[in-house]
Amino acid sequence: MRVSTGNEARAVSQKALRSKAMRSLQHRVKINWELYVILAIPLIWLLIFHYYPMYGVQIAFRRFSPLKGITGSPWVGLTNFIKFFKSYNFERVLRNTLSISLYDLVVGFPFPVILAILLNNCLKPRFKKFVQIITYMPYFISTVVMVGIIIQFLSPKVGVINYLITALGGTEIDFMGRPEYFRNIYVWTNIWQGTGWTAIIYLSALSSVDPGLHEAALVDGANRFQRMWYIDLPSILPTIAIMLTLRMGNIMNVGFEKVLLMQNDLNTGASEIISTYVYKAGPAAAAPDFSYAAAIGLFNSIINLVLIMIVNKINAKINETSLW
Amino acid sequence: MSDIQTVKKNRARKPKALLEDKLFGFVNDGLLVLAALIVFYPLVYILSSAFSSPTAVSKGLVVFFPVDFSLKGFEEVFSHKAIVTGFANTIFYTVVGTLVNIILTVAAAYPLSRKNLPGRRILLFIFTFAMLFNGGLIPSYLLTAKLGLINHRAVMIIPVALNIFNVIICRTFFETTIPEELIEAAQLDGLSHTRFIVQIAMPLSKAIIAVLVLYYGLGHWNSYFQAFLYITDKSKFPLQIVLRDILILNQVNEIIADPLLYQAKQGMAQLLKYSLIVVASVPFMLAYPFVAKYFVKGVMIGAIKG
Repeated sequence: MRVSTGNEARAVSQKALRSKAMRSLQHRVKINWELYVILAIPLIWLLIFHYYPMYGVQIAFRRFSPLKGITGSPWVGLTNFIKFFKSYNFERVLRNTLSISLYDLVVGFPFPVILAILLNNCLKPRFKKFVQIITYMPYFISTVVMVGIIIQFLSPKVGVINYLITALGGTEIDFMGRPEYFRNIYVWTNIWQGTGWTAIIYLSALSSVDPGLHEAALVDGANRFQRMWYIDLPSILPTIAIMLTLRMGNIMNVGFEKVLLMQNDLNTGASEIISTYVYKAGPAAAAPDFSYAAAIGLFNSIINLVLIMIVNKINAKINETSLW
Repeated sequence: MSDIQTVKKNRARKPKALLEDKLFGFVNDGLLVLAALIVFYPLVYILSSAFSSPTAVSKGLVVFFPVDFSLKGFEEVFSHKAIVTGFANTIFYTVVGTLVNIILTVAAAYPLSRKNLPGRRILLFIFTFAMLFNGGLIPSYLLTAKLGLINHRAVMIIPVALNIFNVIICRTFFETTIPEELIEAAQLDGLSHTRFIVQIAMPLSKAIIAVLVLYYGLGHWNSYFQAFLYITDKSKFPLQIVLRDILILNQVNEIIADPLLYQAKQGMAQLLKYSLIVVASVPFMLAYPFVAKYFVKGVMIGAIKG
């Protein structure tokens, strides 16, 4: 009505609307002031412990001297990055990072899916629950204890694995001292520790499969294998796709703590990864080069960010589930 | 196909289908038994070793059950000052740290879950972006040094006071479980936001709080790198650092000071390791079944993106 009375009236009404919206915004801010106060505490924490280090990332483009501080140190452009790309360690740490990570992804990924399907198909509730409890138990073991167990079991003198090998007539193997075993030990112990836990996600996806589908399939005479293959598996495919892309987005993040703890002088050829190298060039070094170490860390973070962006795009396409 | 035909066909196929299904069930459960054994055996081996005598352990006699049942390993564990101190420190870091975590997580998650909060989207972005990109180890290390937190107990609590992923989970939970009408009614009654959170929202969110306590608590209990990087004072070491010295760096001989014979000392060292693994890992393994029912529920609601 009013809209049709010409430009002037329209402008007036829009102005009125806007001021009404402003008033309502003011009102909403006013009634929620307490929420802002509550949120301020975690927000300040976030600014200090997450955003200030992001600002501090400029150290990667400077030549850091502790006396001058981050912002007082001279700019050096990409020197630190070039130094890393040209160093003989670059190829080695990148190769180790990617090969451990890809091996872990390719070999480790199917296990939780399979375990979840097996558990879902188990018709004995108590047995099912027992297996589930057993398989997720190792998740609670700390990385330090886990590596402690690995070293203990694989020890050449007192380890249970070498007891077995010698009992069968073989000779003792120093597993932790041989680079060629490093990746295998890392990945297979990850599978042992994480499968039961990750299976929980797939198991709950399986529990939300429409029972009507199974009833219909039963009427059509489908057997249990067919129902698993043609109903259960396709139903959890979106979950599998999301988990897979999430893992791919994290390909540059190898379990830093575990690798660091498993490392020794004999196996660094296979175990030196980007994050352990950052640590060794930085805080652990006798003469730390913080700028150089930060540049390597930033290189890793940027690749990660790009990967996660790509993965989120893919996920958004798969089933409208995006990370943010 | 008519219903009668379907039923007839079903009946005709039934015996065969039953056999297939039996076979399927057999293979399925067989694989589960295998999986359980593979995971279970190392755990049993450690547990049985921990309850055996030092000689049985050093001679490798333990196969499945404890040999010469004894509690010597546990006596040894608790007779070492470094271990007991580590335990006490870890309990302190875990309890205080988790408490701080929960308060901050709820303080961030609740306002972010309010749909009519002006600026919510920007605030949410500030949180999520920090999850995707970080400055890395070096800028954080320099910040911690600058704040004077190195070798301070607070370094085990303050820099890890919040996990953004948990904030997102908790926010989604609040969004989906606390009805708008309840908030409006509370506001009409003149209840402040803080009191609403403490007296109404949190009691309604036991499931997510249980999940957060487990996540954060386990994180603190198992945390090693934070202490490794920043704490040098032995009296402040958490358990995991002590464990690393014993289990990984094998510094047991310094710890076992008794003038034992070499062989006995070796046996004792092995036994101590097994007992220590048990003592350090059992608390959360035992606690989990009690929160398991909340857990699946909480994780699922949290995992669905809001």
